Amino acid sequence: MEARILNEFRAIVGASGLITEPEQLSTYECDGLTMFRVLPLAVLLPTSTAQVQAIVRVCHREKIPFVARGSGTGLSGGALPVAKGIVISLTRMDRILEVDLPNQRVVVEPGVINLNVTARVAPDGYFYAPDPSSQVVCSIGGNVAENSGGAHCLKYGFTTTHVLGMEVVLSDGSLVHLGGRTVDRPGYDLPGVFVGSEGTLGIATKVILRIVKKPEVIQVLLAAFNSTNEAGAAVSGIIAAGMLPAAIEMMDNLAIQAAEAAVQANYPNCGGLLLVELDGPAPEVETLMEEVADVCTKCGAWEIHVAQSDAERARVWTGRKAAFAAVGRLAPAYIVQDGVIPRTALPHVMSEIVRLSSEVGLRVANVFHAGDGNLHPLVLYDSGVPGQDKLAETLANDILRLCIKAGGSITGEHGVGEEKKMFMAEMYAEPDLETMQLVRCAFDPENLSNPDKVFPRPRLCGEKPGVYEPHPLEVAGVAQRF
Amino acid sequence: MPAASGVMTQVSWPELAEIVGKEHLRAATAADAIDGVEVQMVAEPGTAEDLARALRWAHAAGLKVSPRGGGTKLGWGNPPAACHLVLSTARLNRVLEHAWADMTVIVEAGCRVADLQKTLAEHGQQLALDPLWPERATIGGILSTNDSGTLRARYGSLRDLIIGTTVALPDGALAKSGGKVVKNVAGYDLAKLFTGALGTLGVMVQAIFRLHPLPRESRGLSFSGTPESLNQLLLAIQASKLTFTGLQLRAAQGSAHLDVRFDGTAAGIQAQVKQIQQIAGLLAASDAPANAWTSHQAIWDGASPALMTKFSVLPAQFAAVCALVERVAGAQSLAWKVVAQGVGAGYARLEGNEPGLRTALLTLRDELVKMGGTLVALACPVAIKRGFDVWGPPSDAQPLMVRVKQRFDPDGTLNPGRFVGGI
Ligand SMILES: Cc1cc2nc3c(=O)[nH]c(=O)nc-3n(C[C@H](O)[C@H](O)[C@H](O)COP(=O)(O)OP(=O)(O)OC[C@H]3O[C@@H](n4cnc5c(N)ncnc54)[C@H](O)[C@@H]3O)c2cc1C
Repeated sequence: MEARILNEFRAIVGASGLITEPEQLSTYECDGLTMFRVLPLAVLLPTSTAQVQAIVRVCHREKIPFVARGSGTGLSGGALPVAKGIVISLTRMDRILEVDLPNQRVVVEPGVINLNVTARVAPDGYFYAPDPSSQVVCSIGGNVAENSGGAHCLKYGFTTTHVLGMEVVLSDGSLVHLGGRTVDRPGYDLPGVFVGSEGTLGIATKVILRIVKKPEVIQVLLAAFNSTNEAGAAVSGIIAAGMLPAAIEMMDNLAIQAAEAAVQANYPNCGGLLLVELDGPAPEVETLMEEVADVCTKCGAWEIHVAQSDAERARVWTGRKAAFAAVGRLAPAYIVQDGVIPRTALPHVMSEIVRLSSEVGLRVANVFHAGDGNLHPLVLYDSGVPGQDKLAETLANDILRLCIKAGGSITGEHGVGEEKKMFMAEMYAEPDLETMQLVRCAFDPENLSNPDKVFPRPRLCGEKPGVYEPHPLEVAGVAQRF
Repeated sequence: MPAASGVMTQVSWPELAEIVGKEHLRAATAADAIDGVEVQMVAEPGTAEDLARALRWAHAAGLKVSPRGGGTKLGWGNPPAACHLVLSTARLNRVLEHAWADMTVIVEAGCRVADLQKTLAEHGQQLALDPLWPERATIGGILSTNDSGTLRARYGSLRDLIIGTTVALPDGALAKSGGKVVKNVAGYDLAKLFTGALGTLGVMVQAIFRLHPLPRESRGLSFSGTPESLNQLLLAIQASKLTFTGLQLRAAQGSAHLDVRFDGTAAGIQAQVKQIQQIAGLLAASDAPANAWTSHQAIWDGASPALMTKFSVLPAQFAAVCALVERVAGAQSLAWKVVAQGVGAGYARLEGNEPGLRTALLTLRDELVKMGGTLVALACPVAIKRGFDVWGPPSDAQPLMVRVKQRFDPDGTLNPGRFVGGI
């Protein structure tokens, strides 16, 4: 990068806020998906919105692409740097700016760690509902960009439900406020579009969150089944009975073994384990817990246990939240997938996964957010064995195709990022993708903000879309547009 | 022929008749006018594809188009700059797939809300939303106006319920986003962009929703008091561990009530009723009147001329809003009423004389903006709307919104002028 630009950057963030040494840059060459690595030209660590604006203005003038980065825990390569671009790390913007308990709002900078929001309001009986398993490290900015979810989003909703507005630096350096402290502000729901846009629409520098009151009672039930199919039937039974648990999570035997080895959660050794958490008024939770237990028994559960104390409940969840990392004990390497299927497709998709994995001879551990059909198959492999990484990738991809075929999605919470952008063309038709690109072109016509992510092909926004003209081939009936 | 429809001379309507079917294209009547702006023709395509073709045709012909569902909220927004063609979704009225075991539904935009709810109730489910005039309002209409009701306290608004959509764009494309799973972050969330866009970006032809079980039992309570004491109670309830599904403040000259609704098991409700009495202290609860939960609709009825506004504030500001409305109405000798939902949105209605309504509107707008809130004039005499943006002063995101509009509808075909800042 030219010295004059580096000098300009240094003048904005100070010498301590600019990283250019290769060995230091390598910390930023990937996110949680380590198979993609790109070294950026520089990493900048601004401490204020004004600094972010100044940096982006330089990028805009010089046409330097930039990638926002929170804690770098993303699992789809969203924060992967672009060659010849810079990374803007928001970790130093980590202040909780305002806590308004009567109105249940909290205003934060994007670098604030997810769990710190809850920690701040917990003494007053509140919590911040979206709880990704990575919540001890991931940032609110990253959560907003990915529309992150967690086990309790089944009842409480994903990040998008809990974000009312944000301050955003657009790719030309201008500052806009989307949404606000109050609901239903006139105009397009741009906060709704920004959440989940994976850093492609600009950089959030301030976020207005909604917090939720802690429920009166929380109980979690563990049920052991012989198979994930039986456990899946129980999930359907619970939903069909008109209940909306706070969370329904499922693990298969491999995932249970891994979690046990890692954190000794005291899980029964079974083919399909269900965790069902209910919360609400005490008498209601009591009644419904009995119903849940009934449904589980009818579906074949041979051990049912309700965690009695807070400590026990915490241990049950530790096992679940540690499952990803724990799988690392079972194999030298693994690929995490994030497909979603309609709940009713679970038995079919599970048996297909079993078939596919035995065909290629690789093990797949399964951890699901079962209540909303979000699967996290973990494809285990050994990169030391020649060709096995390719096999694993193919298997992981085939599992995603199963999800698309079942009417589901290629990602429920990890985002498309770099990893799954080619799958967008399998999940959506061309006009769908073109339409999404209209949004991108309105926000970032020069494609500077996290370019080349999410979409299979970059779109040139220069041309203003004009009146549709049927292509001569279309007129001749040779080709169809949709 | 009026200037706005000068384009008519070159329009070949038979082409449109060919697309939608002769019997589904008719000349507009006075009843089709939008805020006094006359319309030329009304088309009712029978499929999403035909609707997209009709829109493409109209766009290519340089016509201005207003999508229409049940027509219950056609007067919302600024008067259109022009409208030659109304594209009605009346015939796109099917519930395409109720996947009850997955708790999702795919429905066409022209389906009436009550019809959808009836279908869903067969499996004990609901779209957890109680919008205005469900017997007549359509799915596309409530989405485009982002309508909601009392259930919002528990289930959120449409943005929290919609999981997928198909829209027709002016170039004739039919674009989908989202899907039929409740959890999905693949690509931008266009369903949210179109929700509340008042048909200025495209025409929604299909929507997919997540559903909720119908409540097992339900009980409503009401408290009477001053707006101040009830606002305090409202905040105390929100800060408690109670799990209410409705929380609503009603106020008018000399009276104010707070309604709370609990859904769930009988035992759960009973326990909560006991708790709320402790929280309420001296304010005594009575059973909520049967019509409490439709007061957001009842407030639309009354004497005219009237001004119906929607305001958004923080929940702690309700009492201040009531005091403001009372003061402003009093100064112009207007009658007033407020119905507000606990999340911070409500309706204020003023009745009386037109000059008084105009003055009151300007003051209310200024004061609410000063409070950090917003005020939209939803319905009022057309004369008041002229030269006044019913949506309020533009935010710093207005240029971005204009760019979004230009990308989706570069020639301003859809509902020109009706949205924020003249979009
Ligand atoms: C062990 C483990 C468990 C996980 N469990 C879950 C889970 O349960 N649920 C879940 O949803 N995810 C989970 N994740 C994924 C990840 O933690 C989330 O996606 C998280 O939101 C990423 O936050 P981050 O701060 O690390 O963002 P990063 O990885 O740094 O960035 C993610 C994306 O956000 C963009 N971005 C970051 N900050 C901003 C900003 N201020 N403005 C605009 N764009 C920005 C980046 O450009 C990038 O595209 C898990 C990850 C790991 C490693």
